[in-house]
Amino acid sequence: MTAPALEAVDVTRSYVLEGVTVEALRGVTLTVERGDYAAVVGPSGSGKSTLMHLLGGLDRPTSGVLRVGGRDIASLSEDELAQVRNATIGFVFQAFQLLGRTSAIDNVAMPLVYRGIRRSERRRRAVEALTRVGMAHRLDHRPSQLSGGEQQRVAIARALVGDPQVLLADEPTGNLDTRTGEEVMALLEGLNAEQGVAVVLVTHDLEVAARARRQIRVRDGLLESA
Amino acid sequence: MRLAEAWRVAVTALRANRLRSLLTMLGVVIGVAAVVVLVAIGTGAKSEVEEQVNGLGANLVIVVPGRLDFGSAPTKSRLELGDADRLGRATGQEVAVSLASGETVRFGGREAFATVNGTNAAVSRVFVRPVARGEYLRQTDVDTRRRVAVIGPELVSSLFDGADPLGRTISVGGVRFRVIGVFEPVGSSTFGGSRDAEVHIPVTAAQRLFGDMRIDAMALKAPTTDSIEEVSDEALAVLADRYPDEEFSAVTQDQILGTVGRILGLLTSVLAAIAAISLLVGGVGVSNIMLVSVRERTREIGLRKAVGARQRDVTLQFLLEAVLLTTIGGVLGIALGVGGSLGLSALVDQLPAQITWWSPALAFTVSAAVGIFFGVVPARRAGRLDPVVALRTE
Repeated sequence: MTAPALEAVDVTRSYVLEGVTVEALRGVTLTVERGDYAAVVGPSGSGKSTLMHLLGGLDRPTSGVLRVGGRDIASLSEDELAQVRNATIGFVFQAFQLLGRTSAIDNVAMPLVYRGIRRSERRRRAVEALTRVGMAHRLDHRPSQLSGGEQQRVAIARALVGDPQVLLADEPTGNLDTRTGEEVMALLEGLNAEQGVAVVLVTHDLEVAARARRQIRVRDGLLESA
Repeated sequence: MRLAEAWRVAVTALRANRLRSLLTMLGVVIGVAAVVVLVAIGTGAKSEVEEQVNGLGANLVIVVPGRLDFGSAPTKSRLELGDADRLGRATGQEVAVSLASGETVRFGGREAFATVNGTNAAVSRVFVRPVARGEYLRQTDVDTRRRVAVIGPELVSSLFDGADPLGRTISVGGVRFRVIGVFEPVGSSTFGGSRDAEVHIPVTAAQRLFGDMRIDAMALKAPTTDSIEEVSDEALAVLADRYPDEEFSAVTQDQILGTVGRILGLLTSVLAAIAAISLLVGGVGVSNIMLVSVRERTREIGLRKAVGARQRDVTLQFLLEAVLLTTIGGVLGIALGVGGSLGLSALVDQLPAQITWWSPALAFTVSAAVGIFFGVVPARRAGRLDPVVALRTE
């Protein structure tokens, strides 16, 4: 294997809110290898959302080095960073974040638009991704016509469609009932085991976290154990 | 992002809010339609005036007393019939004369008010003034001061109820004249006063009738367009010789058209500019709705940026949406404007409308420009959104 998928070295992130500086992360060092399966856990306000945004390349550290897909994001412009996200990361959100009035296939194909891929090719790959998550029979359904579990599967297909190195899942089962949540977790684990996609979960559900190969505990902006 | 994809997204977004999109377009639709209609009416009026002035005849030189400037008081004429002969000898052209006055014309128990024009035989050759029935005045009629008249078709219907007036005797200002001819209709004049309600009588008879030995004006026809200036210079020279203390003007059709054209052109631009203001107001409406749209779709923007949309991808998407709104509005406005102009001129006689190729083209370009101008601010705001903040928005 080459460079790790994600790498943070002594990363801090502070915000200035109404003149008060808040240190959300106070020096975090961690590595996510390709094929990794990790859960980031911690109470709310611990800084795990901030860590998630940084690892996903949505935000930049105040200090320290952050490498996404082997590239130090400090030297990247906003647009270059967007392309790195597009190529490296697949996001899965708690609230699914699917576009309404848009079919499953077009939702899934959307990230490929920003890669300049032709429409026919985008649709072909979207069908492939939807098949991998067991949603091949719901291609033209809109989010409002799908159950919560189905919507999250479509969202996972969208995260997969660009062949990312890492799936970053922020409370992926948070809006689902136990049984559906279980199915989504099984799907993520299957993708990790069979296709070698690294999976990083952010959750406060300890049962979900316990299924990961390793746990990253965040408390007061620091890692407790890695 | 490819343009085609941005286009698709924009169309989808507009369809999602059909009523709102339509109402937003309405401002642009009305603005564009108003510009197209007003320009069409202005152009139509101008070309009708041109048609009328050119319909008088070709290469005309009209000689009138005084200086012909806007604002200068009309000059009392000292011209007399003999001056027409002098002009004719000097230029080698026939000279038409005119002495006009409004008179009441009667036949049987009916009466009508008409412009009575004392003329000579040359009028029928200098001007285009075809006679439908009978004949025009002859030189002997003028020389012998015969009381004969050629009347316009409107008078035939108002005095004779359409019956044959030839050979009948009408009363003009209390004096009896025999009708020897009827003009062909030439249509109503935009200058006011219908030429179809004129009565032409020999100028000598008119001088006696009006008790006035002058003539108002003379007209010559230059043999070619190139000789118009030469003829008018010669005519003015003759008059300057005879009336050293007076001024005379020679007016050509080009001069009339130039003046009228400038006035109508100015009027048209002022009206179009007022209409263009509503287009601007429509643009503000587009800007407003686009800001609402950006706010509503903040999470979509956040998602798109998270999965790799660059700032310019998002900006382009929203800009296209704004331009699509205004250009669809523009096309609808052009359709409404063209339809409205044609409908108006069909319904209202005095409102000739003429669609020029450039006014719809200009209206379309301006509406697209309005979309870009008023779309830029919301679109850039969308493009600059921070994905983390945008995704967190409820």
